[in-house]
Amino acid sequence: MQNAEAAQAGLQSIPALLARNAVRFGGRPAYREKEFGIWQSWTWAEAATEIRALALGFLVLGLNRGDRVAIVGRNRPAHYWAMVAAQMCGAVPVPLYQDAVAEEMAYVLHHCGARFVVCGDQEQVDKVLEVGERAPSVEHIVYTDKRGMRKYDHSHMNALADVQAEGRAAEQRLGAELDSRTAVLGYDDTCVMLYTSGTTGKPKGVVLSNRNIIETAKNSAAFDHLTEREEVLAYLPMAWVGDFIFSVGQAYWAGFTVNCPESAHTMMTDMREIGPTYFFAPPRVFEGQLTSVMIRMEDAGRLKRWLFRHFMAVARRVGPALLDGKPVGLLDRLHHALGNVLIYGPLKNTLGYSRIRVGYTAGEAIGPEIFDFYRSLGINLKQLYGQTEASVFITQQPDGQVRSDTVGVPSPGVELRIAPSGEVFYRSPGVFVEYYNNPESTASTKDAEGWVATGDAGFFEEGSGHLRIIDRAKDVGRMADGRMFAPKYVENKLKFYPNILEAVVFGAGRDMCTAFINIDLTAVGNWAERNNIAYASYQELAGHPQVYATIKEHVEAVNDSVARDPMLSGCQISRFLVLHKELDPDDGEMTRTRKVRRNIIAEKYADLIDALYDGRDTVSTRTEVTYEDGRKGEIRATLKIESARTFPTAQSQKVAAE
Amino acid sequence: MTEELTPDGRRIGDVLMDLKNITLRFGGVTAIKDISFNIREGEIRAIIGPNGAGKSSMLNVISGFYVPQEGEIRFRGERRGPMRPYEVARLGIARTFQNIALFDGMSVLDNIMTGRLNMMKAPIWSQALWWGRAEREEVENREQVEKIIDFLEIQNIRKTPVGRLPYGLKKRVELARALAAEPKILLLDEPMAGMNVEEKEDMCRFILDVNDEFGTTIALIEHDMGVVMDLSDRVVVMDYGRKIGDGTPDEVRNNPEVISAYLGVAHE
Repeated sequence: MQNAEAAQAGLQSIPALLARNAVRFGGRPAYREKEFGIWQSWTWAEAATEIRALALGFLVLGLNRGDRVAIVGRNRPAHYWAMVAAQMCGAVPVPLYQDAVAEEMAYVLHHCGARFVVCGDQEQVDKVLEVGERAPSVEHIVYTDKRGMRKYDHSHMNALADVQAEGRAAEQRLGAELDSRTAVLGYDDTCVMLYTSGTTGKPKGVVLSNRNIIETAKNSAAFDHLTEREEVLAYLPMAWVGDFIFSVGQAYWAGFTVNCPESAHTMMTDMREIGPTYFFAPPRVFEGQLTSVMIRMEDAGRLKRWLFRHFMAVARRVGPALLDGKPVGLLDRLHHALGNVLIYGPLKNTLGYSRIRVGYTAGEAIGPEIFDFYRSLGINLKQLYGQTEASVFITQQPDGQVRSDTVGVPSPGVELRIAPSGEVFYRSPGVFVEYYNNPESTASTKDAEGWVATGDAGFFEEGSGHLRIIDRAKDVGRMADGRMFAPKYVENKLKFYPNILEAVVFGAGRDMCTAFINIDLTAVGNWAERNNIAYASYQELAGHPQVYATIKEHVEAVNDSVARDPMLSGCQISRFLVLHKELDPDDGEMTRTRKVRRNIIAEKYADLIDALYDGRDTVSTRTEVTYEDGRKGEIRATLKIESARTFPTAQSQKVAAE
Repeated sequence: MTEELTPDGRRIGDVLMDLKNITLRFGGVTAIKDISFNIREGEIRAIIGPNGAGKSSMLNVISGFYVPQEGEIRFRGERRGPMRPYEVARLGIARTFQNIALFDGMSVLDNIMTGRLNMMKAPIWSQALWWGRAEREEVENREQVEKIIDFLEIQNIRKTPVGRLPYGLKKRVELARALAAEPKILLLDEPMAGMNVEEKEDMCRFILDVNDEFGTTIALIEHDMGVVMDLSDRVVVMDYGRKIGDGTPDEVRNNPEVISAYLGVAHE
């Protein structure tokens, strides 16, 4: 029904939405970017002009219908314009991860067959040139930032501003051609192609149609009542589906403003200046902010510390209930209002959350304490569960039904079912068209009726009907004695401690569970400073006996809590070690979205895993590392292996008590 | 006009500064003995040598801080006499220091703004009242400074007090301040000293970009041979106050006297 309405209105593509916004919201800001210390802004009408100029410029360069245009750079208005301009020409935008090394980029450029590549700066151009023959389809490079580019061979290279200038000049000649290409775009045309990072194997190109993106944007915008007055901060990788939905899909549907930070390092300051009303961040951003608040409060004067503790206790008691609209006594309301003036208001302002209406987190589990901290401040932080293949949304939490351990109810238009194996399947208007040039994978993921396997195991909670995710379906295994093994369940519990950045748990097919721990350098480094513990390197700090003792406490506390769950009590950690280096996407140990790649870690650190199981107290190892510029080096270390106390499971405890 | 192109397409022009038979003495000690060389417009000119060879003294002669007892310096063909520091700055010579000389208590932005003091011409009453010309000038200067901040990628520390910055960033701020004066010649005294590999690479890229983008002539002293050989168009080699080599990095590398004095023997 709504589908038909949109079709009648002719709003079947992003360029069509742009044309509508240029008329309906012409004077409202569409994009802002901080540059040269000032927020520069473009209204929808101005953005439409800029995008048109760029699209005409692409035509001058000979962009054909159906060509792929790769975009690799940080979040900048020009890069979003390049995506929409490509669509106007009937081409398909393919945003790439800008921190990908040349090797990864070569694969994707070759696989998608990109003819045009839009690069953010010299660094990205260099990578594309380095790829060279491995992606022979690349014919033109367009770059945004002119710096350092003067001495390059420009026979197949242009600055984006120059392409726009040529486009403006060609309006008379090519304007009609562009209009006719834009006019024929429909719901079934490809909107964008996004490469999934993939915890296993090569990345796959997910083809999303205009229907997928626009229907999903429409449904989700209605779910959270998004209007043209929202402000979002575009800071997550452009190659990630979430950024495409928030900064393009929803932004064009609802007509709100996309703000681009000055650089990756100024994101927090920029966020404070903008004060977004709608915000998405992976749990690690929220964790990082909370850690820095706590560290700074430790340094504050006694009065401030007391005020903070006192009012945070009030907030924890009263805040969530107020947010959910539950009845709260008058005295508590007054107390909370006072806290708002003295603590919550200023704190939210410092963090950039003064105006926030809806905040989402997803991707990984978020610690209950962290989640509650933000909610108690009155920030409407919610969880969602999604995938690239679903155009993000599978489930999300409605206002007033938010909890840290579920991912919510099915999003509007999404059907869910759980297979006997426990794996979650979904079907929705957002379900992807196919994996590009990969019919086998498409067939094994999506069945004829449109049901897609998430690869995650989960169940519906009785009573609330909310979905709970346990782990990746393929990671859920059995231990040697047949007890259930769900590594992520334990890892998440470990990662809730600020000192632990990352954890990898082993145990499938074994008689006990063991773990690698990565310390969080910010938190542990601060602790070391406070306790006058000197250290020269990450490695030295990680191996410090007191650090080991602290981590041991955390592991044992986690064991205690795991023991309470009769189904998963086998997953208690008997032995662990603290890794001498941080797990890093550059070494292939994590995906670009920072998900642990278990099989690669198991292969690379096989010697360490052996040591965890053969009872040794220390182990010497060499590890290859990749520096940011692609060079390789090696670090050697002798690691200590520590045992941790395990607890009897809840049931057997009961037996013992009787 | 003698103009030639370097292999990577940069333009090298006429002689900008010509030093002839320079001798500098401190009492009985002769720091520089009868040295002649020139710096051409648009080039990156390095001065190398073992510790105590007289490199920093040479840089101070170029900057006008030391006045040599003998010899003459011509800047754009004109003979240069003793000068006061502000006169040096007006000539278009800016420098960074071996041991950073920034205002620790001031923000990065304010530090860089000091580099543009010479461009502020508003009368004192206007500056005090922040009205008229002073305000206009401040806006113009801030625009230039912001371009440099963007260029050197230090947006995230714009408002941080310099005292709180790590060493590598302070060096970058110093470079920013020198650039703010829009110099003709930029003198860098050991720009990479005490930096790690990554910081050195960043600094190299910035120096090359400054030279390429603004066409600034650069004279630098540096210990790291790899850096010098990669970066510079021509190199002067000094040892005990004498010049023992002068030429392209390749020529210098193969000069036997240079090899024995500096490259071949570990002085440090």
